[in-house]
Amino acid sequence: MQLSGFFSGKTADDLALTDAGYYQEHGINFVLNDKVIELDTNNNRVITSSGRIESYDKLVLATGSYPFVPPIPGSDQAHCHVYRTIDDLEAITESGKVSKTGVVIGGGLLGLEAANALSNLGLDTHVVEFAPRLMAVQLDNGGGALLRRKIEQLGVKVHTEKATSEITVGEFCRYRMNFADGSFLETDTIVFSAGIRPQDELARQFGLEVGERGGIVINDQCQTSVPNVYAVGECALWQGQIFGLVAPGYQMAKTAASHIKGEQLSFSGADMSTKLKLLGIDVASIGEVHGNTPGAQSYTFSDEIEQVYKRLIISQDGKKLVGAVLVGDAQAYGTLLQLLLNDMTLPDNPSVLILPDTGEENSAGLGIEALPDSASICSCFDVSKGDIKQAVAAGCCTMSDLKETTKASTGCGGCSALTKQVLDAELAALGFTVNNHICEHFAYSRQELTDIIRIKKISTFAQLLDSCGTGLGCEICKPAVGSILASYWNDYVLEDAHIELQDSNDLYLGNIQKDGTYSVVPRIAGGEITPDKLITLGQVANEFDLYTKITGGQRVDLFGAQLHELPAIWKKLVDAGFETGHAYGKSVRTVKSCVGSTWCRYGVDDSMALAVNIENRYKGLRSPHKIKFAVSGCTRECAEAQTKDIGIIATDKGWNMYVCGNGGMRPRHGDLFACDLDQQTLQSYIDRLLMFYIRTADRLQRTSVWLENLEGGLDYLKEVVIEDKLNLAAELEQEMQSNINNYQCEWKTTLQNPEKLKRFKHFVNSDTTDSHLAFELEREQRIPVKKVQQQSIKIIELTE
Amino acid sequence: MNQWTTICKHQELSENSGVCVLFEEQQVAVFYCKRSAALYAVSNFDPIAQANVISRGIMGSTQEQTYVASPLYKQRFDLNTGICLDSPEFALKTFSVRVEAEQVQLKKAG
Repeated sequence: MQLSGFFSGKTADDLALTDAGYYQEHGINFVLNDKVIELDTNNNRVITSSGRIESYDKLVLATGSYPFVPPIPGSDQAHCHVYRTIDDLEAITESGKVSKTGVVIGGGLLGLEAANALSNLGLDTHVVEFAPRLMAVQLDNGGGALLRRKIEQLGVKVHTEKATSEITVGEFCRYRMNFADGSFLETDTIVFSAGIRPQDELARQFGLEVGERGGIVINDQCQTSVPNVYAVGECALWQGQIFGLVAPGYQMAKTAASHIKGEQLSFSGADMSTKLKLLGIDVASIGEVHGNTPGAQSYTFSDEIEQVYKRLIISQDGKKLVGAVLVGDAQAYGTLLQLLLNDMTLPDNPSVLILPDTGEENSAGLGIEALPDSASICSCFDVSKGDIKQAVAAGCCTMSDLKETTKASTGCGGCSALTKQVLDAELAALGFTVNNHICEHFAYSRQELTDIIRIKKISTFAQLLDSCGTGLGCEICKPAVGSILASYWNDYVLEDAHIELQDSNDLYLGNIQKDGTYSVVPRIAGGEITPDKLITLGQVANEFDLYTKITGGQRVDLFGAQLHELPAIWKKLVDAGFETGHAYGKSVRTVKSCVGSTWCRYGVDDSMALAVNIENRYKGLRSPHKIKFAVSGCTRECAEAQTKDIGIIATDKGWNMYVCGNGGMRPRHGDLFACDLDQQTLQSYIDRLLMFYIRTADRLQRTSVWLENLEGGLDYLKEVVIEDKLNLAAELEQEMQSNINNYQCEWKTTLQNPEKLKRFKHFVNSDTTDSHLAFELEREQRIPVKKVQQQSIKIIELTE
Repeated sequence: MNQWTTICKHQELSENSGVCVLFEEQQVAVFYCKRSAALYAVSNFDPIAQANVISRGIMGSTQEQTYVASPLYKQRFDLNTGICLDSPEFALKTFSVRVEAEQVQLKKAG
């Protein structure tokens, strides 16, 4: 199901489960581009098309499946595709470029994903389904009907009970699809998504038992009819069923591996419950929903206003869950699935499980304590509650730790809320108070302090300490509060009341270096600079003998300035039209850009102008951690926008926005947040997202970690920023505007203030300077004298 | 003989943070805690980072101890004793300091 990720910018490498390196590391010889054409079970060997002969003791067939294309005349034409491999997706994308209309044949889960893909390519999209409703396997009539309504509201047209009889030449479009009932539909592109068939050719040809309708027959140990040959995944048929999901495939692989090692796991079928988001609509199906359980009864909740449908099917005695359908709101999925999988007794009034949350504590949430240790929390990686307990006992205290150790919640991510609950419950059980207090001086999280400062309109640290703190403060809470105050009121950071809050760099508006000198970085918006300004930088560097280096953010960094030199250096820079680059702050740094359509023969849009505009809009914005942007003028992505907090890439229809990427110690690709935006919408999304980040992040938390810890993740962030679910958009935009209105170049302000200039002296009582400083030359530039470091310095890590 | 030397005016200190003064050819960091009306004076040289930067650190407290955190690698030094809270094998030299008639004074070594 990760296939659709390809359309949101993931590459084949991102989607691959492993790489060549993994095989090498584990001593696995793997051969590509060589098909096995003969299976000789008598002599235990396989022969490939290139003539390679390999013998085996045990053989595992994992040949997968292929997409089923119904035998319709005309289905083999150039713009008829299947939705299966990355090659297919690329072919669909190519067809999309020369098409206006697209049809998906098949209204199942994958078909709707394909429809989403076509719709994202800008095609007028139709879904044609043979059954009377969408997702006929997973949904009941009520759920299918609501899903259809919602999908149609998104502009995708749905045609049910249509059997395609032939595909001919169209009158208005490339093709015409004629249906058995005499009606027709015209389209330029067709995508078949009519289910899968097991790839059992080899087994069939060489005498392994296969099912009547295909599939290599396996037993509970995943052995085929030849005991030393196993089959796993979508090619295998277990008790008459093919499992087309990832989790059962992994389960079979484990079973086969354990049997080969002489252990005794057995495959006992798999739960086919599913939860997914189709075209932005939450859909979930649990257990058996088609009334095949004798005596089963049901509860139905249907809200036509909010467009939510939930049906709960329970056993005859009312004690156990049989199945459930959720459309429009699938929050109850985790709870319901656990009830089913662990055969737990339902609460006295099961309807609360699907009734909307009235804000009161009710029993809708399943007590995590009630789950047995064997309960599977993450089905993608088969992580049980017991596994999580163990990991927590071994020291995992955060979601990121837990993800790294157990892989829980790193597959489809559907279990993240549940995983977090188990984590919190375990931490509490082990006696950890889950304490997010910022430090010993404030019994509040950064987010809570932000709320207090914003709502009580607190403007100094002293007021905050009086109103809700103790002690003198410290190097943790002071800069954090300084940052929050700056985000909201954007006062001059060297006001008397704020000086004590400024960390090493902000305190003197420069970046402190190992010898106590500073580096100077003026703003060069988008990396665009006139020759005259570049000359000024050179002259200043020359005059003050500053070591000069080009930074990764497309600016120039001048090193080795002493405290008393900073005002003179900045006077020259400000006079030449430079402003501070805020390189010293936890704040907006740079907007990196490629040159864009102005010069580049591949450029699709003017990335340079956008980058300069954005940098000038957000410059000086103080935030929980530094924020970097980049703008690329085309999909070649020369500005590396996907490694930035906010990345923007030009498309032929506007700008794609990526969020929460970062380079550095733990690199993370940004997630595609919205497509084809105009500049106005882009700007409002950035306003909202950044202010929401400032409001809710922890101190020193980059946007990447923030997003990973945000409950509800990317989808939730989209709901807040794009759909304005919290009704905050206007407020966030207004806060950003007020911050922008209060922008000042801190160096310009400082230069105009003789009192503040007095701070820039090494001694308050002498004009001499720091005699300890010593320099030498290296590659024609001045650097601090290299000392032999006796031992490595223990750095106290204030970041997480 | 008067053991106290005036080094600057009280108003030249920085509220709840530090300044560096030259005293008998030594660099001394003087901190002024407005909240407790206390003054502290310690050596400006950070023995761990090997640089004259202590006066530029952030003042803080933990339990009853008042300290300064080095601006370079964030080790905390107790402002009363000079001892490093994070690596007690390191310590800053301490000086006696007082305010007399709005003048900040340091005491000459014995």
